[in-house]
Amino acid sequence: MFTFPLVYSFTYYSFTKIKKIMNEEIKLMKGNEAIAHAAIRCGCDGYFGYPITPQSEVLETLALEKPWETTGMVVLQAESEVAAINMVYGGAGTGKKVMTSSSSPGISLKQEGISYLAGSELPSLIVNIVRGGPGLGTIQPSQADYFQTVKGGGHGDYRLIALAPASVQEMADFVGLGFDLAFKYNNPVMILSDGIIGQMMEKVVLPPFRPRMTEEEITEKCPWAAVGKPAGRKRNVITSLELDASLMEQNNHRFQKKYRLIEENEVRYEEIECEDAEYLLIAFGSSARICQKSVEIARSHGIKLGLLRPITLWPFPSKIINRYADKVKAMLSVELNAGQMVEDVRLAVNGKVKVEHYGRLGGIVFTPDEIVGAVEKMRNEE
Amino acid sequence: MKNEEVRMTTKDIIKPENLVYQKPEIMNDVPMHYCPGCSHGVVHKLVAEVIEEMGMQDKTVGIAPVGCAVFAYNYLDIDWEEAAHGRAPALATAVKRLRPDRLVFTYQGDGDLAAIGTAETVHACNRGESIAIIFINNGIYGMTGGQMAPTTLEGMKTATCPYGRDVKLNGYPLKITNILKELEGTRYITRQSVHTAAAVRKAKKAIRKAFENSMEDKGTSVVEIVSTCASGWKLDPVQANEWMEKNMFPAYPLGDLKNVE
Repeated sequence: MFTFPLVYSFTYYSFTKIKKIMNEEIKLMKGNEAIAHAAIRCGCDGYFGYPITPQSEVLETLALEKPWETTGMVVLQAESEVAAINMVYGGAGTGKKVMTSSSSPGISLKQEGISYLAGSELPSLIVNIVRGGPGLGTIQPSQADYFQTVKGGGHGDYRLIALAPASVQEMADFVGLGFDLAFKYNNPVMILSDGIIGQMMEKVVLPPFRPRMTEEEITEKCPWAAVGKPAGRKRNVITSLELDASLMEQNNHRFQKKYRLIEENEVRYEEIECEDAEYLLIAFGSSARICQKSVEIARSHGIKLGLLRPITLWPFPSKIINRYADKVKAMLSVELNAGQMVEDVRLAVNGKVKVEHYGRLGGIVFTPDEIVGAVEKMRNEE
Repeated sequence: MKNEEVRMTTKDIIKPENLVYQKPEIMNDVPMHYCPGCSHGVVHKLVAEVIEEMGMQDKTVGIAPVGCAVFAYNYLDIDWEEAAHGRAPALATAVKRLRPDRLVFTYQGDGDLAAIGTAETVHACNRGESIAIIFINNGIYGMTGGQMAPTTLEGMKTATCPYGRDVKLNGYPLKITNILKELEGTRYITRQSVHTAAAVRKAKKAIRKAFENSMEDKGTSVVEIVSTCASGWKLDPVQANEWMEKNMFPAYPLGDLKNVE
């Protein structure tokens, strides 16, 4: 039944994994292109975007693929990021699976709409291919939008579920996952990527085609959707407005309850060489990819270095980081910014061990050796 | 003829053959927050009547604005989405594109449509989205307490131009529908009012046409209703109607601006 000549590989992959890879088409593409293909394949109903470097390939790929002729997915270039996010709001309000993508300055413009999406509890997907800021900044990659993503960005007490892909494969995988989480919790989800993951080409296995939701499925999953009021049900109103402060407080308590549930159920992370680690790197997205190499180099120098990669930036993997704080001598939060996630690492560690930050700013990317150097410096300072 | 022979009881009066007018069923039986003399109530009723007459209650999605009509969703028994300030045409664009068989309309004031939402308005119209836009133009921000609107007349006093609108300082009253009629995506652009019974009938016909255009995928229709804001204008309802005829109509003359058959 099964003949497989690559015995070498067999020792590395489980049977199911090999079968999966053999049956599926492997493609080479940019992270941004993977987002577009994954959107079409996961039953997305509509994409609304506006060009900005380094994410324009998302809209370009969709325009080239013409999914409106195949799956029926709507693709529209809006007049601005503001309009695009409000189109997402409009579409999500009718129970449709809709998304947008942009890069940092454009994401700033979308913050109004994101706050409204959170306030109206609308499932939706927003992709941020981060570039260096502040202001118009640079088109080079950065992770300086961490605070904006996990601490708010828009006004009011709300949370986004934030997924941080570290490969083109994860760019593809997180589109479907993002929508699933969005509809599970009626909450906007953000894929926080950057110019490296968006622009680099890697092999990727695209997800299988999933049909778009039928009207029956929408009615079942989204009984709140504004689709036209049939006789016998109350009218559905999509709004974040509640002038009665006591009711608005109740709404906020409902949101907070949901956020606690998400924190309980949806924390995702990856541990690389953490088992015996004396020093731990904490890094997400493209930084984590670079840190993987740093771990390899450090270990060849005899330093027991591990890497913990948060996959969800919110909810943040605080519990596991706190557990490692009992085991390791120090942690280094490695980010392409001036020190943002390090605050959450310190909160998780709660003073148990030293936590430092290493970063490069404004579009400059660190090398694996630079990070090993930072670890060695931290060791010597003990 | 004796008096008792002609006296009708309430029972006699509410017989179906005596009924000449009734509230559309889509209008919810709740107190409105609109001020006495405000045009919103009449326009709401017209929208409700048209939806009901077209039999579209189960196929209509209304987009409410930010401004006095923010609570439109309390008054009409249809599904609604409440937009951020000025963004109603963007929401409507997505709803209509994703659900082309639905009747999609926005209901917006002058600040929402012609100031903060100018880009969304112009581009939705330019794309020829098959949506209907109901545009209430009363030359003032009512909800926030009577500040200057893009459509405020030259010399007109508001809370933020207390000495009258000075065009050197604040620019000119924006005749937005005149701009929209030039866009190839628009099908029907009209300017109406609801200050007399005859005007109400004409406005209703205009709304009906706009809604039919949405259903027949004919491009964007805009029904501007030159309206009163008695409270904002600091006039009583009768004076407000008179003031509107004398001052608003010359700047915003009524009639069809564009009607592509």
